[in-house]
Amino acid sequence: MGTPRVPTGLPTDLPAGTGPARAGRAPGGIGESTLRPDGTLKVTGEFAYASDLWHEDMLWGHTLRSPHAHARIRSVDVSGALATPGVRAVLTHADLPAATRYGLEFADTPVLADGVVRYHGEPVALVAADHPETARRAAEKIAVDYEPLPVVTDEASALAPDAPVLHPGRTDGHAAHVPHPNVVHRQPVRHGDIAAARARADVIVTGDYEVGMQDQAFLGPESGLAVPAEDGGVDLYIATQWLHADLRQIAPVLGLPEEKVRMTLSGVGGAFGGREDLSMQAHACLLALRTGRPVKMVYNRFESFFGHVHRHPARLHYEHGATRDGKLTHMACRIVLDGGAYASSSPAVVGNAASLSAGPYVIDAVEAEALALYTNNPPCGAMRGFGAVQACFAYEAQMDRLAAALELDPVEFRQRNAMSQGAVLPTGQVVDSPAPVAELLRRVKAMPLPPERQWESAGGTADVRALPGGLSNTTHGEGVVRGVGYAVGIKNVGFSEGFDDYSTARVRLEVVGGQPVATVHTAMAEVGQGGVTVHAQIARTELGVTQVTLRPADTRVGSAGSTSASRQTYVTGGAVRHACEAVRERVLELGRARFGTYHPAWATAELVLEGGKVTTDGGEVLAGLAEVLEGEAVDVELEWRHRPTEPFDLVTGQGQGHVQYSFAAHRAVVEVDTELGLVKVVELACAQDVGKALNPLSVVGQIHGGTTQGLGLAVMEEIVVDPVTAKVRNPSFTDYLIPTILDTPTLPVDVLELADAHAPYGLRGVGEASTLSSTPAVVAAIRAATGLPLARVPVRPEHLTGT
Amino acid sequence: MRVNVTVNGRLREADDVWEGESLLYVLRERLGLPGSKNACEQGECGSCTVRLDGELVCACLVAAGQAEGREVVTVEGLAELAARRAGGSAPAGEERGEEGPPGAGLSPVQRAFVDAGAVQCGFCTPGLLVAADDLLARVPDPSDADIREALSGNLCRCTGYEKILDAVRLAAARAGETV
Amino acid sequence: MDFLRPGTWEEALAAKAEHPSAVPLAGGTDVMVEINFDHRRPEYLLDLNRIGDLYEWETGERDVRLGASVPYTRIMEHLRGPLPGLALAAHTVGSPQIRNRGSVGGNLGAASPAGDSHPALLAAGAEVEAESVRGTRLIPVERFYTGVKRNALEPDELIRAVRIRKADGPQQFAKVGTRNAMVIAVCAFGLALHPEARAVRTGIGSAAPTPLRARAAEEFLDAALAEGGFWDSGRDLPPSLARQFAELAAGACNPIDDVRGSARYRRHAVGVMARRTLGWAWDTYRGSERTTRCA
Repeated sequence: MGTPRVPTGLPTDLPAGTGPARAGRAPGGIGESTLRPDGTLKVTGEFAYASDLWHEDMLWGHTLRSPHAHARIRSVDVSGALATPGVRAVLTHADLPAATRYGLEFADTPVLADGVVRYHGEPVALVAADHPETARRAAEKIAVDYEPLPVVTDEASALAPDAPVLHPGRTDGHAAHVPHPNVVHRQPVRHGDIAAARARADVIVTGDYEVGMQDQAFLGPESGLAVPAEDGGVDLYIATQWLHADLRQIAPVLGLPEEKVRMTLSGVGGAFGGREDLSMQAHACLLALRTGRPVKMVYNRFESFFGHVHRHPARLHYEHGATRDGKLTHMACRIVLDGGAYASSSPAVVGNAASLSAGPYVIDAVEAEALALYTNNPPCGAMRGFGAVQACFAYEAQMDRLAAALELDPVEFRQRNAMSQGAVLPTGQVVDSPAPVAELLRRVKAMPLPPERQWESAGGTADVRALPGGLSNTTHGEGVVRGVGYAVGIKNVGFSEGFDDYSTARVRLEVVGGQPVATVHTAMAEVGQGGVTVHAQIARTELGVTQVTLRPADTRVGSAGSTSASRQTYVTGGAVRHACEAVRERVLELGRARFGTYHPAWATAELVLEGGKVTTDGGEVLAGLAEVLEGEAVDVELEWRHRPTEPFDLVTGQGQGHVQYSFAAHRAVVEVDTELGLVKVVELACAQDVGKALNPLSVVGQIHGGTTQGLGLAVMEEIVVDPVTAKVRNPSFTDYLIPTILDTPTLPVDVLELADAHAPYGLRGVGEASTLSSTPAVVAAIRAATGLPLARVPVRPEHLTGT
Repeated sequence: MRVNVTVNGRLREADDVWEGESLLYVLRERLGLPGSKNACEQGECGSCTVRLDGELVCACLVAAGQAEGREVVTVEGLAELAARRAGGSAPAGEERGEEGPPGAGLSPVQRAFVDAGAVQCGFCTPGLLVAADDLLARVPDPSDADIREALSGNLCRCTGYEKILDAVRLAAARAGETV
Repeated sequence: MDFLRPGTWEEALAAKAEHPSAVPLAGGTDVMVEINFDHRRPEYLLDLNRIGDLYEWETGERDVRLGASVPYTRIMEHLRGPLPGLALAAHTVGSPQIRNRGSVGGNLGAASPAGDSHPALLAAGAEVEAESVRGTRLIPVERFYTGVKRNALEPDELIRAVRIRKADGPQQFAKVGTRNAMVIAVCAFGLALHPEARAVRTGIGSAAPTPLRARAAEEFLDAALAEGGFWDSGRDLPPSLARQFAELAAGACNPIDDVRGSARYRRHAVGVMARRTLGWAWDTYRGSERTTRCA
């Protein structure tokens, strides 16, 4: 174990048995279900995740966190901790060398608590020691004198006349337009004449809905290794979603220029939004620079619940109207998101919630408002579905209630109001690519229903594994009622509201041992989604090679943007393609210079790279790449951006805010033990339009994963925060439950590919849409089984039994 | 304290082990075997599943001292275990990536996880592999309900389990073909 | 922290006598969680893994003497006949990995009201065999639980075994959790029919500070079954009887509101489980009665 365990590059080659090239299609190129290049390392246990990193002489970092949700820190005494044998450093706010705050959108988050703690679990001090237990025991000896302060826990307490202002003297860009300093951001959307539309409505349905706080619950806990460098800088190996955003926030905290903070992506054990914000990044670097030793930090599951932001819990009020013939007249809504103690990405979540509040429906008159609060609850930010999940739960419940009021089939009612290409959103933006909302609903509805009473076996005994309650043996069929529910949703793809959303790719083509090899280097965070697989496929398609080497993602190359917002295949995939095109042009230039005089086709034909050769589009081989390159390597680094967007107007919400939309529909079949309030989801079918499936296997995997997280929100997942103390009550996998394989049903998936002409290869970001409609579909099915209104998720047995 | 434990067929020794350390910590931090994962350290996720004297256990809940003198098989030893079961010695193509095709040194269940797309972030994968390998060794042709029950102690957050079921079915089917 | 590794039961008792604060460690499924999460730092850990006797069981005339460390998996595999209720309960424990390590002795030692084996032990009838260097005593299981995570053991005592009455009739166990596998009980219910004694026994888990029997429900049912001649006739139980039994079982609860469930729900769910488990057990009893009579 003499050498550090750190990430290395991934060679990718095609496995034996890969089919021959078809005309105009590179083997292992886009559209094929090529296998993950990191798959072998992941199944042998050799893949180096952030928590697996190891360095000779390394120390262990530990974080002391606040036991209070809101308190003034009167004093901190670290002498006892410093005197502990084996302890190499103890840091508090007073020891910070430079910037003391950071943040994704603006810097309101203290690196270490600065006189006040604003949420339960906020970092107060850091310890570095020889062994994690030494660090823990030392941290226990840090004496912090807290003076508890009144807590802000909801809208009423945040906006009360005597409410404590959690961030006095705000200077962020939203401070000027918010109605109260405890509101992070507020976004109205006004479209059409709501009064006139309301007057036209034959039926008006209003409802209040609530979404609990969901956790990303990625399995690989926050971790990383910071290694101090001889030049005074630091090398950080880290699990994150966006290396360059981390860098932009860390460097000022360390007081170092960005070039002295070199970041490399280590193995990431899932993310789902929970790694967009910094966790231990700056902390490990501070300890490494202070001690001159490598420092590893690894949160355990308990700490992980305090170490990252969660999905915003929300309260939503909706009013919809419709005419008797089943056409929506108007929608008015108010969405209150709890942002918790710090801003994180709350402003962008507000923008999504407001702009997508009407769902995938054509509604001429809309009056929507979304806002995020500052409270003393845990900070909330990005999680898969990002503001669109909460709205979808509410508007889909409304659709079912409207359909019932009009005595229409819920799918039929949705289809009558479904948007399609050319529709105008409440923001005034035209949906300028396929929007097959009605078709997706048709497809899930057309799938055969799973057989009834599957728990009954031939011998007349019940297989409890197929019943609500499962192995716990709570029913043998008694009280069990089936229900079916539908839902559909709309999610934006990519960063919105005028954000310069670009990515960078460096592609190198050279001949090694007689074989052309492409090397792709980006800073894209592979978090499990399969971006690495797709990059190799794009390079094969564009450059006609089979061997592609993927360099480790790091900050030696330009930013790739975040692995979030369903954007990576679109934007970094687009950048890889763009760089490949430039490489190809350069290769053809070289070819023309070297061989142009020998064959007229060099000048006249469309040329492609295929099978390691330059060929005409008719298939005539002009030269091998080895001959063209003659030992030279072509190496290009380029940025690529999608179409620009613009901010929403702060009063009307009008604006070309989004780049692309993604749609999915679900049908849920559930069986509910109506007496005990236990739910078994029997089947959860999804249809999603993906534009173009670059890797069909990975696409289906994304849809499965998003669907299952939506199921979790529907029936079990919630971080429970005490309403009086604002303390987290269930920070463990014993009490924060995520679906097991026995909770997850068969998940049939129907993938539609309607190309978006504006996007690379016509693709549509695929990562999030299935997370939206899964939750409301499951709850609709439970409503169908029980007849209960169920306005809150997760649905608990208490809600189903009136207890 | 000192702990002697046979891991993947080799006698290993760890010194200066703190008495509260788990077998998982010893494997990961002292023996250079980080394949078993530290996702929850409370026995709820199965990511650290290993065989201890042949039984599936969560390594996070075994005190290091309890492993003294015992035999442990981790994900790093699965290929060798499969080869031994099949009557061979070491798996072929040990030097992955250098010679031989990639993945030649994989056990059948490892191969099936890669082929079926059962791996996304991969953090749950080592524990699932050890559990699935144990299931297939006991029940060569498991029903879906058997697979679900056997893997109910292993959480996955990425895949929705569909491809994991596919992988176990695939491994079982391939084993059936070769018999 | 010191790690004590006795090789024999006698050494273990001696170690516990010398260090009464030592925390016994068997499967580790409770203790190691507390250590990993920094909730507990005992002075001594007393590893019981090396004591082979604790992993054995003997089936006698009346009882199964179950070694304290026999894992739940073994109970499911080998003791379903004599201990059907406990085998059902064992199957609801955690996951396969946990069932390979966790044991009834551990459940009793931890004495969590949510421990899965307690309702089955209470319903079947059992005594805890507690031993120290001073000697052995048998503690009836209903007197073993003294409070939330407290039991009747003296500081120098260890659990050697549990003597569980062999089933003489059908037994059932049901547990409510908010997930279909790997879940801690929101509440649980165990029921055993004892045709020889013409008695019904119950056990309630996680719905009071300690596991307990629903005695009023038992007494009601014993009387009603005797009065109606149900044991002999094997007739269907009237729904009103099952309902009243369920109400009395629910009434025996003294639950709390916590993050896993509300007190009201627990009381309600215990009632539902009482009614259902009685129905299942009685159906089995009637089936066996009929078979016996036909034969």
